[in-house]
Amino acid sequence: MADSHADDENRREFLYLAAGAMGAVGAAAFAWPLIDQMNPAADVLALASTEVDISALEPGQAITVKWRGQPIFIRRRTQQEIEEAAAVDLASLRDPEADAERVQKSEWLIVNGTCTHLGCVPGNRVSDRKGEYGGWFCPCHGSHYDTSGRIRKGPAPTNLVVPPYEFLTDTQIKIG
Amino acid sequence: MEKQTYSNPVIRWVDDRLPIFSFMDHEYNKFPMPRNLNYFWNFGALASITLIVMIVTGIVLAMHYTPHTSMAFDSVERIMRDVNYGWLIRYIHSNGASMFFIVVYIHIFRGLYYGSYKAPRELLWMLGVVILLLMMATAFMGYVLPWGQMSFWGAKVITSLFSAVPIFGESIVEWLWGGFSVDNATLNRFFSLHYLMPFVIVGVVVLHVAALHVSGSNNPDGIDVKGPQDTVPFNPYFTAKDSIGLGVFLIVWAGFVFYAPDFLGHPDNYIPADPLVTPPHIVPEWYFLPFYAILRSITFDFLFIDAKLLGVILMFASIAILFVLPWLDTSKVRSCRFRPVYKWFFWLFVLDCFILGVVGAKSPDDPVFGVEWFKYVHLGQIGTAYYFFHFLILLPILGKMERPLPLPTSISESVTGGRSDSAAGAATAKGEPA
Amino acid sequence: MRKLLIAKLVVGLSLAASTGAYAAGDVLPPKDVKWNFEGIFGTYDRAAAQRGLQVYKEVCASCHALSRVAYRNLMDLGYTEDQVKAFAKEYEVQNAEPNDDGEMFMRAALPSDRFVSPFPNKQAARAANGGAYPPDLSLITKARANGPSYLYSLLVGYTDVPAGVEEQEGLSYNPYFPGGWIAMAMPLFEDGVEYTDGTKATVDQMAKDVTYFLSWAASPDLEQRKKTGLSVMMFLVVFTGLLIAVKKKVWSDVH
Repeated sequence: MADSHADDENRREFLYLAAGAMGAVGAAAFAWPLIDQMNPAADVLALASTEVDISALEPGQAITVKWRGQPIFIRRRTQQEIEEAAAVDLASLRDPEADAERVQKSEWLIVNGTCTHLGCVPGNRVSDRKGEYGGWFCPCHGSHYDTSGRIRKGPAPTNLVVPPYEFLTDTQIKIG
Repeated sequence: MEKQTYSNPVIRWVDDRLPIFSFMDHEYNKFPMPRNLNYFWNFGALASITLIVMIVTGIVLAMHYTPHTSMAFDSVERIMRDVNYGWLIRYIHSNGASMFFIVVYIHIFRGLYYGSYKAPRELLWMLGVVILLLMMATAFMGYVLPWGQMSFWGAKVITSLFSAVPIFGESIVEWLWGGFSVDNATLNRFFSLHYLMPFVIVGVVVLHVAALHVSGSNNPDGIDVKGPQDTVPFNPYFTAKDSIGLGVFLIVWAGFVFYAPDFLGHPDNYIPADPLVTPPHIVPEWYFLPFYAILRSITFDFLFIDAKLLGVILMFASIAILFVLPWLDTSKVRSCRFRPVYKWFFWLFVLDCFILGVVGAKSPDDPVFGVEWFKYVHLGQIGTAYYFFHFLILLPILGKMERPLPLPTSISESVTGGRSDSAAGAATAKGEPA
Repeated sequence: MRKLLIAKLVVGLSLAASTGAYAAGDVLPPKDVKWNFEGIFGTYDRAAAQRGLQVYKEVCASCHALSRVAYRNLMDLGYTEDQVKAFAKEYEVQNAEPNDDGEMFMRAALPSDRFVSPFPNKQAARAANGGAYPPDLSLITKARANGPSYLYSLLVGYTDVPAGVEEQEGLSYNPYFPGGWIAMAMPLFEDGVEYTDGTKATVDQMAKDVTYFLSWAASPDLEQRKKTGLSVMMFLVVFTGLLIAVKKKVWSDVH
């Protein structure tokens, strides 16, 4: 008698547990589409790559182009800047990366101009401060980048990101 | 409300200062429910859940929708094609509107059959009618947002109803439109209001439920709860019972979403709105059809009221009349189970609403069953006349004349008596305590 | 007894509602065609849809836009990324943003672009088609009742003008089109396209193929929808069964 009562209790407990678990699984499955819809949509992911004509750039000049809504800095470096960038002791860097790994042609530095600290855009115009290392200076929280776009001073944790790009011709690059 | 003493110190700390745990325990966990409720009592809970799903999916859709005449249709198509699971969320929402009305209509007819509108639940019922009106306004404005042909022409026709108002009609319509036609201004305000109204509905639902918890639920016998022997606590008895209803309801809803997502819609709404071309056959969504039939059935002037205005008045009156239903029905007996004559008229009324729905979907000039001299507009006129006859004449008189069957002395006696009821029996045969 | 009576009335009225529609006009109901994307397990026939794309491209696209479908979507139909790139490259689109001199410029289409429309706007489309607007076909099978069958019937349904019906200048007779007179001249002719997969291009074949393609274009979500639906349904049925068991258990002590 007592046994059958206990069995009954067990069965009840099991049913509650199973129903509760299934309900939780169902709720989670319903929640996923509601969360995933905020991820980039198919048309956003497929956004066109950007082609840029760089023939007009003189050494020492830089331009900003838009790719996926983000600023891409294209800088034609002077010989001095290239040498400065190459001469740095990697051990002294916060995010050690050789300059040669960051460029396809040493004259052209192409980086995503979004500060890796909190997303501000360092100044890229001639008149903007270039910071202590001659690259870029982020006015929001004072990060200094060198002529290879590497973080040298300030709060940013990593170097400016190099986007995927290719040279279609000597004066034509495709970003993305 | 009795205060609970919780052993968990955090819960006790909160509950001493804000007794939400005691409140939930009292109003949901232990709340006494008549033990003889059948599955028709699922539909209130189902409606609440539908409302929540509609709000959640709606908020999500609003993240991708653009309320502008030149972009609205495109943004909806982008949701369908490019947004992750956009098609699923939109189909849940668009079919959800229909599901909401199915559930609420069953909920209403359940109230009509078992006399849930009678004392002491008149205010509870009236709040329910307010919810219905708000739902209709919300659904109508939501249907405009995709900016398809039916959206546009539905908006135009329904807003034009107000032009029937004497003297101020034209000004009211221009005010509603924000221009001289349904246009961008109209779309923007409809979007704003469509986003707002569900939260107003939530507010009224809270009042509806609060009023319910004062009087407690009605029951299939329509007799008052006499004591604890007549009730069981809401949890686990009705959480379990409502859950079954929810499971079945979700199967139906999912069936539409996944296998017939456009079945309840109209193909013309996949054509972008064109303010210069009206589709040949415009109909509202199915849940408005009976009211649309009443509107169109008035083809004649009455005294100094012209046909257009009278149609509009009767259409609104067909819902407004529900507000005074508790006083039109003079019978003291609540449940149709014990009203042998009214029971028939109840089903006749259901049939009348169904016929009005069919009439609303047809061209008024089409003959019924191929009988040339009998058009749908005539059927609609008969249906409309009967609709008001039911409320204004039948209910007051029948309540006085009908001899009700003897009522059981208590719910517990009725339950153990094992008596079955033909109307509710089919739904309650399974799983109801005998 | 009473319920039976009501049920009969309901069924009768529903039948009246569904049959009445055709009695009024002279339009024929679409032919009854079985499409393999119908039903619970329906999927699109890739080969047919690919042939349909060819029909659309070579026949329909000269007048009808398909502006909601992107070239990248064609990968759903089994094309590789390179094939899609090559397909898109044949078309020219105006870049969304001006060049450095502030001028708008044309460029080759990319997979991310939507199908290029034959006309820049509705008015231009009308002007080029004798006042009749060739509808955008992106949603055509959803925008017509019984869309796929209607589309197919319309394409194969051109006939001679029946005796006693007056000829309409500039219009063609088609009994599947509401009103009977359609501005689109018969678009499909035997061997009108040369299928790359060697299928014989009969009018019937082309009409079916383009219907497959346009059905996919209108409801690209269909396959994922039905697949997801199956899991959801199975889950809900099991869950509901479990809930019934729970409820029985819960109520077992109430007597």
